[in-house]
Amino acid sequence: MKILVCLSNVPDTTSKITFTDNNTAFNSNGIQYIINPYDEIALAKAVELAEGGKGTVTVIHVGEAAAEPTIRKALAVGADDAVRVNAVARDAWFVANQIAHYAKEQQFDLILTGRESIDYNGAQVQGFLGELLSIPSISIAKKLTINETEATVEREIEGGKEVLTVSLPIVVGTAEGVAEPKIPNMRGIMTARTKPLQVAEPVDVPLLSKIAHYETPPARGQVKLIDKAEIAQLVNLLHSEAKVI
Amino acid sequence: MSILVYIENVEGALKKSTFESLSYAKAVADLTGETATALSIGRVSQDELNKVGQYGIEKVIEVDNNDLEKFVNQAYASVIADVAKSMGATTVILSNSFSGKGLAPRVAAKLGAALADGAIALPTISGVTWQIQKTVFSNKAIATEELHEQKKVIALTPNSFEAKEAAVAVTIEKYEPQLAPNDLSTVIKEIVRATDKVSLPEASIVVSAGRGLKGPENWAMIEELADVLGAATACSKPVSDAGWRPHAEHVGQTGLAVSPNLYIAIGISGAIQHLAGVSASKTIVVINKDPEAPFFKVADYGIVGDAFEIVPQLIEAFKAYKNN
Repeated sequence: MKILVCLSNVPDTTSKITFTDNNTAFNSNGIQYIINPYDEIALAKAVELAEGGKGTVTVIHVGEAAAEPTIRKALAVGADDAVRVNAVARDAWFVANQIAHYAKEQQFDLILTGRESIDYNGAQVQGFLGELLSIPSISIAKKLTINETEATVEREIEGGKEVLTVSLPIVVGTAEGVAEPKIPNMRGIMTARTKPLQVAEPVDVPLLSKIAHYETPPARGQVKLIDKAEIAQLVNLLHSEAKVI
Repeated sequence: MSILVYIENVEGALKKSTFESLSYAKAVADLTGETATALSIGRVSQDELNKVGQYGIEKVIEVDNNDLEKFVNQAYASVIADVAKSMGATTVILSNSFSGKGLAPRVAAKLGAALADGAIALPTISGVTWQIQKTVFSNKAIATEELHEQKKVIALTPNSFEAKEAAVAVTIEKYEPQLAPNDLSTVIKEIVRATDKVSLPEASIVVSAGRGLKGPENWAMIEELADVLGAATACSKPVSDAGWRPHAEHVGQTGLAVSPNLYIAIGISGAIQHLAGVSASKTIVVINKDPEAPFFKVADYGIVGDAFEIVPQLIEAFKAYKNN
């Protein structure tokens, strides 16, 4: 089974988010980048599925050379090889087109993405990929099992879950529950250095949208502390002042 | 040129987020001078479809086909795109719900449309170019996205646009879709729904608890408080990681981002990752025995005290309020 895992390189979850150039660009100064946490789940699942010679795992990232430590980490976790599409990841449509272009030539059985990225919070790449490759795409998977050419997926729905089966090839957006993220061991880190990391040039994609500017949410006022002996006062404030009950 | 709004149902009942999408579509139509039409897919009663009129939308296109009784991402995306094409719609609006997140990119790709997902406000329109706000970096910032294409797909974040009543009469028109076998290759085997629980992504009030609760056996009072308020329950990441509560309840940067009217955080210290997922809540109440807990810095109201002492009193206070 040939598995492709799509990696996004995102600011660490503790990062303070600021902007530059008159609030038109993200300020990456001093930011530590990590594999998108949901993509780590996808990667762990792919490695698990391919274990014991049952398949191969390729990781793909659309981004500049600065992301190579993230790609090497994925190789250390157990991916067999990697591709970096050498371009600024303009938006999800651009990224999905680059991945689809590569995937079309390689004929993967399973393409895994995280359910969304924690930077732009789009859950778009998996849907775009499904459409560009004319294969099913399943969002917010909580469990995934593969039986030869068929996948069984447990998907989160509002207020419950849904179990579905679908023939490969497919794209799946993975969430918590699919696999536990893996921490690379020393052997993995050593072997990652020698694993192939191919650099591909991007294909042209028309610009459909762009982020014009950013702002930070308005600061909240000072907290109103209520004495624990006066709990009814909180109920009154929620009704009369905040008007939320 | 017109606007198509896809209206989601759960087992035949239109969802709360559907009413928000309808109101949003009506407001966009008022801005552009176009007409908004609703599209329902699946088995929904005529009475239920007539509710669309309460939000100012005069026409519903109804697709009720045996193959489409259950949500299948690919097939639903094909139907939405086909209907949009057949009526010449240039804007498609849907909810950024769990199923909407799967649909929106497929519909956008089929139409060659620009996609704004996670929209939190009405667009600012300047000819073909629309600017739409969305939250990014897990609620740590707001981005204004500029859509340049004439065709647009907008996925509206639940709870970000209030449903407004504006009653009109409704006409319902049937539509028979042409489906390719490939669209129906996904087979839904089982759907398990907790019918007595309020859906977390759509909830107006969320009661959330963390490690301060000490163990899963202490969640009964959280559920009781949620029950009194008609709220959904949620939890912090350490709690779902420990298996005290299901992952589906985890709110925060790597869980679900929520934006209810009222978020009550009990025994949660307020790590930056948790705050990111809940800071878009309109009002935040924090109950924590540590007066230095970072959560108090972003809260509107706070009580310093032990959850085991405060929550039972709070339940009684809300019960008394409801009974008056």
